Amino acid sequence: MPKVTVDGLELEVPAGATVLQACELAGKEIPRFCYHERLSIAGNCRMCLVEVAPGPPKPQASCALPASEGQVIKTDSPMVKKAREGVMEFLLINHPLDCPICDQGGECDLQDQSVAYGRGTSRYDENKRAVTEKYMGPIVKTVMTRCIQCTRCVRFAEEVAGVEEIGAVFRGENMQITSYLEKAVTSELSGNVVDLCPVGALTARPYAFEARPWELKKTPAIDVMDAVGTNIRLDARGRAVLRAVPRINEDVNEEWAHDKTRWAVDGLLHRRLDQPYVRSGGKLAPASWEEAFAAIAAVKHGGSVAAIAGDMQDCETMFAARELVSALGGSLLEGRQTGLAYDVSSLAAVAFNTPIAQIENADVILLVGSDLRHEAPLINTRVQKAVRKKGAKVFAIGPEVDLTYKTEWLGDALNLLTRSPKALTDALKSAERPVIILGGGALRYAGAHGAALAFAKKHKIVRDGWNGFNVTHFAAARMGGLMLGYAHEGGIKALAEKAPKLAFFLGADEVDYSLFAKSFKVYVGHHGDAGAHAADVILPGAAYTEKAGTYVNNEGRVQRGERAVFPPGDAREDWAIFRALSQVLGQTLPFDSFDALRAAMAASVPALGVEGLAGYAWNPPALDAKPDGVIADYPIKDFYLTNAICRASPTMQRCSSELVHGEEWLEAAE
Amino acid sequence: MADAPNIPSEAEVRAKWGDFKWTKENAKTAAMYVGRYPEGRQRSAVMALLDLAQRQVGTDTKTQGWLPVPVIEYVAAYLDMPYMRAYEVATFYTMYNLAPVGRYHVQVCGTTPCMLRGSDDVMKACKNRGLVKGATTPDGLFTLNEVECLGACTNAPMVQINDDNFEDLTYDSMSALLEALATDKPVKIGPQIDRQTSCPEGGPTTLKEMVSANHDYRKDRK
Repeated sequence: MPKVTVDGLELEVPAGATVLQACELAGKEIPRFCYHERLSIAGNCRMCLVEVAPGPPKPQASCALPASEGQVIKTDSPMVKKAREGVMEFLLINHPLDCPICDQGGECDLQDQSVAYGRGTSRYDENKRAVTEKYMGPIVKTVMTRCIQCTRCVRFAEEVAGVEEIGAVFRGENMQITSYLEKAVTSELSGNVVDLCPVGALTARPYAFEARPWELKKTPAIDVMDAVGTNIRLDARGRAVLRAVPRINEDVNEEWAHDKTRWAVDGLLHRRLDQPYVRSGGKLAPASWEEAFAAIAAVKHGGSVAAIAGDMQDCETMFAARELVSALGGSLLEGRQTGLAYDVSSLAAVAFNTPIAQIENADVILLVGSDLRHEAPLINTRVQKAVRKKGAKVFAIGPEVDLTYKTEWLGDALNLLTRSPKALTDALKSAERPVIILGGGALRYAGAHGAALAFAKKHKIVRDGWNGFNVTHFAAARMGGLMLGYAHEGGIKALAEKAPKLAFFLGADEVDYSLFAKSFKVYVGHHGDAGAHAADVILPGAAYTEKAGTYVNNEGRVQRGERAVFPPGDAREDWAIFRALSQVLGQTLPFDSFDALRAAMAASVPALGVEGLAGYAWNPPALDAKPDGVIADYPIKDFYLTNAICRASPTMQRCSSELVHGEEWLEAAE
Repeated sequence: MADAPNIPSEAEVRAKWGDFKWTKENAKTAAMYVGRYPEGRQRSAVMALLDLAQRQVGTDTKTQGWLPVPVIEYVAAYLDMPYMRAYEVATFYTMYNLAPVGRYHVQVCGTTPCMLRGSDDVMKACKNRGLVKGATTPDGLFTLNEVECLGACTNAPMVQINDDNFEDLTYDSMSALLEALATDKPVKIGPQIDRQTSCPEGGPTTLKEMVSANHDYRKDRK
């Protein structure tokens, strides 16, 4: 614990801290461009110069200088002021003066820091350097003349995304940041370089020339594109959410978000259901709320009522639907739309038990039927970190895919769980923090879940202070749904066999609707997708940006998001729809406000009333542990088109056709 | 450079060089280069291997050689490193040619010492023979480039042609040199005047007695 003095203030800093971190601990702001907490240190922008004694009598880059005992650091001396002004002037030599047409304007590090630390005027009157635009894909728009070559994007691509496709080519004044051969960067995390870029060189293509940051209303929310529960901020202007950017949450997403989280929001403006529809004569016809409710009230269900939850539902919606179903005398609930039927007697056995943040400390990781990169990109970055920083070994069972790190593929057969190869058992023997991750590719097969639990027991994957047994889901509603009882014995097929007379589909678009041919189908959702096509009555609901909600992520973390905008047209918040419908059906639900609903939900499932980890008790059930067959493929075929919102999003469609199907997109001449 | 001229289109390059492989001898040499580095640091051999690949391309095309993209990718794959990282190295160093060059790659030094000693004349000699900066002559013989200091300032002005230096040039000697190269006549590598490497012109100026026999200078001291 070295003791240093920063501007006369003596303080102790952690061993291994840099001078820059010491200054921050002392409450001093050090300007910087290339330094980023989550990336390796480059030390090439020179903006963080400070005066350090003992040392050479010149300013030193604080980001790359270790703090050591007895250092006297000055951040406000004339030397430092002059150094910063000098560096700033050099950086601005080749930077264009195009802030008025730059999308970064208003949230630009270079802009802010030149105001705070620059000279105010330039003495440079030669020609500026110009650099041609580089194509980096459908998400990232480039204006490379603005680049100051901090190499944050290069380091991000290598260290976090694990896709080494961005680099700096040529040298000296001709140095340019580019993607390899100027092709699209094939990373689902590419949007993060837009946030990382301290200038306007990399900006968001879907958001180009849309808005200024000060016009936007910012709302904290939770992402529903996967089950990680990425903390996001929705930036809205008027009635449209223009972008979603990550909020920092060290336990969940650090400060990253994948491209679907960020840019599926433009799907919220397309194919929306903004008024009720009722099917008459085989065709869906627009109707009023009264007519739609009357059509539902006319169904003689006799207590045979079901509710099927989609992948993006908040707990409040699912709770309200559950209450309505049980008020009508029904009990058929299911959330696993695609037909999974794993055992849910213990929630811990189907949750991601190792907290996501702890994955980076794992030393041996076994993936079973999990295309983790597409099922949970932000858990994949943690594994990538474990591999890169701690030298973790990754084994995988399933068809080979590119997970961005070195993986030892054991084969496709599920019985590898019962008869493990020696390489795996040897690695597990000496492992201190082993992890098994069971993915959607394996859960489909009978016995796989039980075999994984048996494997975990045999190899002591769950031990004192460490639970390495994990299941990945990729529906934001999954864990919340399971906590609310949205799981029917035998899955959705068994539920359909009970032929519910009346079935509510809560934004469920992945369901095989032919199973419900005889049911009266009420679709409560926000997009005109598969579910709406099959429905008998459509009740327009709110998307995740249009309602406050509680979400439970993969690891059982209860998180709450707020409402950013209002639903379009006649659409209403889902819980209010069920409340209004219950009145028409003569079974008025006992909550008149959202708060009352939340209180009722917390009374019913106490864990949903408290934000934070729900803490499922570890009591694995005894299951059939004789897996058979091979893992044929992974459930996520097209990462960019997994739900109704992204299927409606032009950006995601473009990502899909370009990055998944390899179509070429020609740039319009500007 | 970004505006490097005459790089054939990617499709053409891939069609031509897509199946690039080490020759038998080069495979051995490559393994030797890689073997020089400790386990886990094999990627350090990238510079040597890129040079080797460039030479192999040169042998194939009877030029000084260049690095088509598929060849860079082959080297990267050989070392199990991302393409981008090898590409960065190849673009960083001017010794790697990113565009095809002629049989003789004439690199005229234009840095201060050479300039003061008459590199303009050397350049003029090149221009007079039809060489154009940054381009290859239509007969495919010469590619001309102006480069920065090549570290032979004592013998300024100088040019580097392929692997050899030609020093102490004048307009006339440079013209003669290009003529000799064009007509496949033997050329003298090194200084083009009466001088051994970088020794003084016209013989030694000091220690003259030592030229023919050993001489004890201590006896001269009175």
